Amino acid sequence: MSNITIRCEGLSKRYRIGATYERYKALRDVITDAATAPFRRIRGAARNGHGNSNGHQAPAAQAAIDNSYIWALDDVSFEIPTGDLVGIVGRNGAGKSTLLRILSRITKPTRGRAEVHGRVGSLLEVGTGFHPELTGRENVYLNGAILGMRKSEISRKFDEIVSFAEVEKFIDTPVKRYSTGMYMRLAFGVAAHMETEVLIVDEVLAVGDAQFQKKCFQRMSEIGRHGRTILFVSHNMSALRGICKQALVIDRGKLIAQGEVNHTIDQYLAQIGDDGQDESVETPTFTVASVEIRSESSPVVKTFDPVRISVKFIPKTDIVEPGLFVSILTMESRRLASLDFRDFATAAPVKAGEVCEQGFTIESFPLLPGFYQLEIHLRNGRELFELVPHAYQFEVAETQVYGGRKLDDWFGRVGLKARAWGSSLSTDYTD
Amino acid sequence: MKAIADVVHTIRRTQLAVPCFRIEPSTRWPSLGLRELWEYRELLYFLTLRDIKVRYKQTVLGAIWVIIQPLFMMLVFSLFFGKLAHVPSDGVPYPVFSFCALLPWQLFAQSLTESSNSLVGNQNLITKVYFPRLVVPISAVLGGLVDFAISFVMLLALMIFYGIVPGWQILAVPALVLLAVMVALAVGLWLSALNVQYRDVRYTINFLVQFWLFATPVAYPSSIVPERWRVLYGLNPMVGVVDGFRWALLGKPESPGLPLLTSVIVVLLLLAGGLYYFRRLEQQFADIV
Repeated sequence: MSNITIRCEGLSKRYRIGATYERYKALRDVITDAATAPFRRIRGAARNGHGNSNGHQAPAAQAAIDNSYIWALDDVSFEIPTGDLVGIVGRNGAGKSTLLRILSRITKPTRGRAEVHGRVGSLLEVGTGFHPELTGRENVYLNGAILGMRKSEISRKFDEIVSFAEVEKFIDTPVKRYSTGMYMRLAFGVAAHMETEVLIVDEVLAVGDAQFQKKCFQRMSEIGRHGRTILFVSHNMSALRGICKQALVIDRGKLIAQGEVNHTIDQYLAQIGDDGQDESVETPTFTVASVEIRSESSPVVKTFDPVRISVKFIPKTDIVEPGLFVSILTMESRRLASLDFRDFATAAPVKAGEVCEQGFTIESFPLLPGFYQLEIHLRNGRELFELVPHAYQFEVAETQVYGGRKLDDWFGRVGLKARAWGSSLSTDYTD
Repeated sequence: MKAIADVVHTIRRTQLAVPCFRIEPSTRWPSLGLRELWEYRELLYFLTLRDIKVRYKQTVLGAIWVIIQPLFMMLVFSLFFGKLAHVPSDGVPYPVFSFCALLPWQLFAQSLTESSNSLVGNQNLITKVYFPRLVVPISAVLGGLVDFAISFVMLLALMIFYGIVPGWQILAVPALVLLAVMVALAVGLWLSALNVQYRDVRYTINFLVQFWLFATPVAYPSSIVPERWRVLYGLNPMVGVVDGFRWALLGKPESPGLPLLTSVIVVLLLLAGGLYYFRRLEQQFADIV
């Protein structure tokens, strides 16, 4: 038996752009297409001259194809040894999910090949196939079967699943009466008790509360200790650092790094900090030239640092009172805090094409280490906010906030500047 | 103890041959994948069970709906075709004559409709989990069998009421049911795969089923079709199924012979083509559904 469980060679997947809008065709379109096709061909030939004898597409036609397709995954090759826990990181839309879908055999690659040794269990969504009208028990069996488990296997694991989900009392109640937490625990429980050699988990755990997430991560590292291979997409860097051995970084469909987890994640974070923020983004009345967040006391943003957020934008028309509205969101898009420029100052009018810069200084940045995003709105003077359609990710670097240890999600998101006191202390670490 | 059990289990697992999956771009000539389908038979069972359990939840009448549909059709047919239009019924009381044909017809029509819409209806599964996609239309077809069994009891009651005793031919019923299911599956495979790509299919199905009903000897005996059209008529595989049912239960027509044989051949051809077409399109289902 080889000790490589997953081997990918030049895996690529091409999607049509706009597929989200017109995923399926109506027969009518096909008929009109077919009816106009001969004419198009004649016109095309006339435009390209006569020579198309070798059957290759003319450059113009090739360019048109390149424009209407995107490579969601582009020539990705890697090997995963048996028993490794591998984290996959990358920005939204980088191609992580496409990779998982191909390895789960849900969709076929356009090019390249992969080999997977062992049964694959994949969890791309919590509770796939759960039916609200069926009871917990019925759903466990149904969901198990959908995930590829045998009935005998489900029966053997049934009690374990139910106690993991903590729904013993409600197992014969239709799941439509379950709380979200119960539903999630049961759904994850089924998948987490599969006995496949390979487990593929997309970012599904982000939906639960902290306690649920903790439980799931624990279960995953438990599974990993049994010599099974896990591929795992997450934005939760501290969880990845905690349970994974190695990490893959995917960016714009390409595999850009693979290696030891801490090293690779650091590399990824550094790269995120470098680019993406400078690209200009358009809204109806503004061009946003840059969005920056940086610490005034150190090269990276750390908890309790003085932090400066600045946004450069250029209005397309004259604006009486341009205004900035900044929100800080978690990676799961939960809003943590917002600042409205207008509450602090009144901006002078700006002319079209004039560069305008606004920002905030935060005296002591309150967020704990982890990943966040800035959401920017601009007021266009007509009392309307325009959302800048770009999520500016940033990281609050890993530091020792309270003392020695690393803080996980259990501590929430906000750092409290605090000191402990007591009637008798032998040491005070805060000093 | 648990630790030991775990170890034993792990050892047993490593001794088993670990399957190896190759993931490659779409192929023009896919295999039918029937062996894999067999490995997923339990999923087939659970999906069918789900459909049956869920179908009449939150309805007041529940499973009574199963009987109401063919019963009302039988009443309407008896009134308009039997009483008013005097359609011949091969000497059998018209209600029994039509009900006997309505059963396989309903089984077929329901299975066809369900299976044609099955892939689109289960798109959340198709885009999130891998399993042989054939499971979906097949389970949709199997769901109709329970309804059939219930209405079959109704038919037996009706036959007792009219004092009709079936002969040894009744033993052919299971085979005929299988044939009806296969017709539905054969057409359902084509339509369900087409439906993924072209949603027009959904609107075509009702129309198709209605048209098909009149091209099938449900309300009338096949004997009223002129001799020279018989061969063409027989290409509709449901002709053989319905005639076969009447033969098996009512003894009329005398022998289902030729139409039944044509049915079997047509079904096998349709089914083979449907399977192949389905497998070929299956590779893109998750991308276009």
